[in-house]
Amino acid sequence: MAAVAAAAAVSSPLPPSTSPSSTTATTSTTTKTTTTASSPPAAAAAAMSSKSSWIALGCEGSANKLGIGLIRHTPTSTTILSNLRHTFISPPGTGFLPKDTALHHRTEFVALARRALAEAGVRPADVDCICFTQGPGMGAPLTSVAIGARTLALLWDRPLVGVNHCVGHIEMGREVTGADNPVVLYVSGGNSQVIAYAERRYRIFGETLDIAVGNCLDRFARVLSISNDPAPGYNIEQLAKKGTRLLDLPYVVKGMDCSFSGILASAEALAAQLLQLGPGPEGAGFTVEDLCFSLQETIFAMLVEITERAMAHVGSSQVLIVGGVGCNERLQEMIASMAKERGGSVFAMDERFCIDNGIMIAHAGLLAYRTGFRTPLEESVCTQRFRTDDVYVNWRD
Amino acid sequence: MTATAAEAAAPHDFPLPKILTNPASTPPTLITQGAEGRLYKTTYLLPDIPCALKYRPPKPWRHPVLDQRLTKHRILSEARILSKCRRDGLRVPDVYALDEAAGWLMLEWVQGTPVRVNINQRLGSRTEGIEDDEELKDLMRRIGAAVGKMHSIGVIHGDLTTSNMMLKPPAQQQQTTDGATGLEGEIVIIDLGLASGGVHDEDRAVDLYVLERAFGSTHPRAECIFGEVLDAYRQSYKQAGVTLKKLEDVRMRGRKRSMLG
Repeated sequence: MAAVAAAAAVSSPLPPSTSPSSTTATTSTTTKTTTTASSPPAAAAAAMSSKSSWIALGCEGSANKLGIGLIRHTPTSTTILSNLRHTFISPPGTGFLPKDTALHHRTEFVALARRALAEAGVRPADVDCICFTQGPGMGAPLTSVAIGARTLALLWDRPLVGVNHCVGHIEMGREVTGADNPVVLYVSGGNSQVIAYAERRYRIFGETLDIAVGNCLDRFARVLSISNDPAPGYNIEQLAKKGTRLLDLPYVVKGMDCSFSGILASAEALAAQLLQLGPGPEGAGFTVEDLCFSLQETIFAMLVEITERAMAHVGSSQVLIVGGVGCNERLQEMIASMAKERGGSVFAMDERFCIDNGIMIAHAGLLAYRTGFRTPLEESVCTQRFRTDDVYVNWRD
Repeated sequence: MTATAAEAAAPHDFPLPKILTNPASTPPTLITQGAEGRLYKTTYLLPDIPCALKYRPPKPWRHPVLDQRLTKHRILSEARILSKCRRDGLRVPDVYALDEAAGWLMLEWVQGTPVRVNINQRLGSRTEGIEDDEELKDLMRRIGAAVGKMHSIGVIHGDLTTSNMMLKPPAQQQQTTDGATGLEGEIVIIDLGLASGGVHDEDRAVDLYVLERAFGSTHPRAECIFGEVLDAYRQSYKQAGVTLKKLEDVRMRGRKRSMLG
């Protein structure tokens, strides 16, 4: 509690470029308690060698979710201490813009960090490192959260650990489900990749050639003014349950890659037709539900196909689904059916871990931290493009 | 063509396609469960003519209408492309028979192993000297020539990987060394289920890019000699240079590009 308040108190020595973050912080500048900042770095370094427990704080904000979480590792166990999320929801018919989303993250960061610490019952002195999403994602939101993370790191005198968002998803998925070496289907609003681990890297076997699958769903929802609360994909899923007719949409798989932009264009054209003519036999001849159903059936069939091809290629029978679209129960069901036929199984999670969250950043960051990885302050810049296979995975055999 | 050993150890009880339940047909062996379907080994016409039966079973997770549409389209298109390749002199399996509604395609049986197996056995656990392995580089050049030939006759594979190429050992070697995997032999491109006709440099370049990336993720240590594939490709037909130029664009495109920092 007191320590976060101190974050605001020390915000002045930050470079001028970080000033946007301090707008939210300045709301609580009065408390001057700085108990935690007094722990000398030498003591922390000495403690490293004989440690049997590590705690990391993770900050995620690559898209419209701001997530902060704390995790504890011991040599044998992993404990989630807190996992909080605050989502920026834009009105129906619109998407979230970088500027507004960044403002949201800046506004909510301090309050969320306070709550995360309080819920975890952890003092800043107990935290070993501050992990943050370094990319990929939207530039402005990433930067806002990185500033928050840098502030905490400077304030508490703790090292920073930059984390690849995709690797965060994968590591959290493996931890939560216990999947050992699965083929990973990572599907979200910004990414669609089929990944498998080989020789210290998460290698991308297949991915979208244009837009991400979640982006396709989000933009389709916008045309029909489907609500963004709690998520457009969730609302499409509910509508699709009532659909019965399969409309012809393009089906684009190229090897282990696929493409969604043509499908989106077709679905948008059908949606425009529907809006103009109305449903029913005299109108367009199909309903909003039919269209949602057809879109889901087509794009998920594509995802299952590229996943199956990757599984056949690497000879694995386990699949792990991560990312926001991974919450979709129809997708989970389709993948499960495919995996079962191949004599394997699927590992899926619920929204707490599928949708972007801080805990996955803390977890992946802490794994790297324990192998000695640090991100010096001057290298803690964010990048909108950060390939999954750029990360050297030192913590796996 | 993957995990053959594992599949054999734990066979699944898949229902056979109807064609294989005829009393006249040789008892089939399930060779592999690929991504697309199952591959059986049986015989065609005479008991001593082995053949491969590619069966695309209905995929219960797919909407039945979509499933039928895709299966039919892929069987027919694969058969057409294979015939075209044979006509134009590219070594691929011959088409013996097909039934697109029932979802099967009967093909010539190609002796040998997928190139992936040969490369991996050759690499073993080696980390050094790979870039000087002349025999391996020669194999790379044969791959490049085969892909070039395929592109020169206007065929785009759509799923080029080292699993989708067979290395058919020379005839005299077949009797002596069973199971041994040398690097000699003829490249036979297989699994043209995603192939299409096309003479655009863009499509050819994407085809090469798919191979390049699949190669990198399957044989990370041999990535250093992938250049041999492209070298041989360059010499295999007239417009190859233009395609390779385009490949550079494809590599740099959009989300494939890395922009660290």
